[in-house]
Amino acid sequence: MKRTSTLSNLTSVFIFIFLYLPMLSVVMFSFNASDMGLKWGGFSLKWYQQLVHNELILWAAWNTLVLAVVSTAFSTLIGTMLAIGLYRFPWKKRTAGKLNVLLHLPVVTPDIIFAVALVIAFSVIRYTTGLFELGLTTMIVGHITFQIAFVALAVRGRLELIGHDVEEAACDLYAGYWRVLTRVLLPMLKPGIIAGAMLAFTLSLDDFVISFFTCGPKSTTLPLFIYASVKRGITPEIHALSTIVMLVTIASVALMQKLSPNTKH
Amino acid sequence: MKRLERDDLLPQETSNVILHRGEMVRPSVIRTRQAIFVTPGLLIIIFLLALPCLSLFVVSFLTRGEYGDIEMTFTLDNVRRMLGYGFFGWSADNLLILWRSVVVAFMTTLLCILLSYPLAFFLASRPANKRVLWLTVLLVPFWTNLVIRTYAWLLVLDGNMPFARFLSFLHITEPGTTLYPSQFAVYIGMVSVFLPFVALPLYTAVEKMDWSIVEAAHDLYSSPWRVFRHAVLPQTLPGLSVGITMTFVPAMGMFVVPDMLGGARYMLVGNLIQQQFGTSRDWPFGAALSLVLMVLTLGALVAATRGSKKKGAR
Repeated sequence: MKRTSTLSNLTSVFIFIFLYLPMLSVVMFSFNASDMGLKWGGFSLKWYQQLVHNELILWAAWNTLVLAVVSTAFSTLIGTMLAIGLYRFPWKKRTAGKLNVLLHLPVVTPDIIFAVALVIAFSVIRYTTGLFELGLTTMIVGHITFQIAFVALAVRGRLELIGHDVEEAACDLYAGYWRVLTRVLLPMLKPGIIAGAMLAFTLSLDDFVISFFTCGPKSTTLPLFIYASVKRGITPEIHALSTIVMLVTIASVALMQKLSPNTKH
Repeated sequence: MKRLERDDLLPQETSNVILHRGEMVRPSVIRTRQAIFVTPGLLIIIFLLALPCLSLFVVSFLTRGEYGDIEMTFTLDNVRRMLGYGFFGWSADNLLILWRSVVVAFMTTLLCILLSYPLAFFLASRPANKRVLWLTVLLVPFWTNLVIRTYAWLLVLDGNMPFARFLSFLHITEPGTTLYPSQFAVYIGMVSVFLPFVALPLYTAVEKMDWSIVEAAHDLYSSPWRVFRHAVLPQTLPGLSVGITMTFVPAMGMFVVPDMLGGARYMLVGNLIQQQFGTSRDWPFGAALSLVLMVLTLGALVAATRGSKKKGAR
């Protein structure tokens, strides 16, 4: 039976144009030699050359990378622990239900409410202890807060898949708990942990709203830099920067697809 | 003389061991491990997200201090302001923004569903070996930074670009008119941002669909609408409800798209909240707005779970 019609094929083509046209325009104008406006002035790589010499952009790129790497490292550890603790130990049914709601809270909370909650929490902590001045640290903590749940959910999927048998067999063979954990459970969880970490990393690179609320004056990241520049007026340099960010995105999506052909998020 | 029991021969500590996952341990050991595993994660989620969200109920009724600080005085001013009673008398602005946010979120979701069905069928009908490639093509915009995707529309909608020229050629707009900031631009931006959020879960559902039911419906001379309504919709409902929740909830709180493409003319509640925590420095009013958004979100989530359960049971 025919499962697709001409109409749905045409709509799909239209949708792909709709999704890619803006991104392709950015790429096109990043090679535009003309300084002002959106008139084509010939091919040029000068905006890319300028990028490399713009210290603000290099600094923002460095911040973005530090933020993503550090927050992913912490959230992968904490999220994996949380998943094991929640789904490998006996909980009373009601407690388990409540904890499950708590775990899904970061996933369903809209960005902006999440950001407002963090801002309030940080200001209370700052008021009482004097710590947590808005800056890269608060951004890292903010990112960890939303990443934990995604990592935990990715690891939970794997925990359900592998079952208990191998762990119990290891115990029967007199392996201590630490040994079971490091030699049996963690190696078996590895694909789930890697998937969770990659998800956390990409979410961190992608985030704008939470960074925007929790950033300090010196902790600009690339999305924040692009946003601020666009507010001042679009410059061709931003096109070049965006093109590079998009290329990194495409590479990481391709990598994720290759590494985990069967996982869905 | 007391007869020796078997238990007395065992060390006291081992008398209350249990068998947990093949391991002989005391329950207290299990509880300690359990606590070590979950504490860091739960503490972070509770103290940085759950409690601050609950604190919105309190902060919403506090007073803004002279320098943008929070004073511990109870007031209903923020509620009154939200309802439109301001310094200069009543205005519908704030209520209008709230209403508009709900409408925009609803319309965005609807448009995304309408576009996603054909796309999901298109993807599901690709040959199996090419499908991963097509999915990647859909995933790239999904993962591309929101700010970049939104500002990219500024280029396409510019007055000198073909699209605006085409509209002025049709005498819909004046020549050279830039198509943003406007309601139209906000919708374009919103749909392009959220389309993959509906299309991906919908595709997963369409891929698993049992086509024999659709064929049976065709054999029994169902009209296309009835085929969709009774053979396709029930089967794709799980994917659809995931897509709806993933779109409607974040769309209500969206602030990047209306900020860049709508400007001051077409603000949504997200922009209003951002203003209170940014330039206006009026946290209590910002908290009150966030609270309303949170309640709307909860309402939408509850409606989505109820709706999908009810229809799934039929």
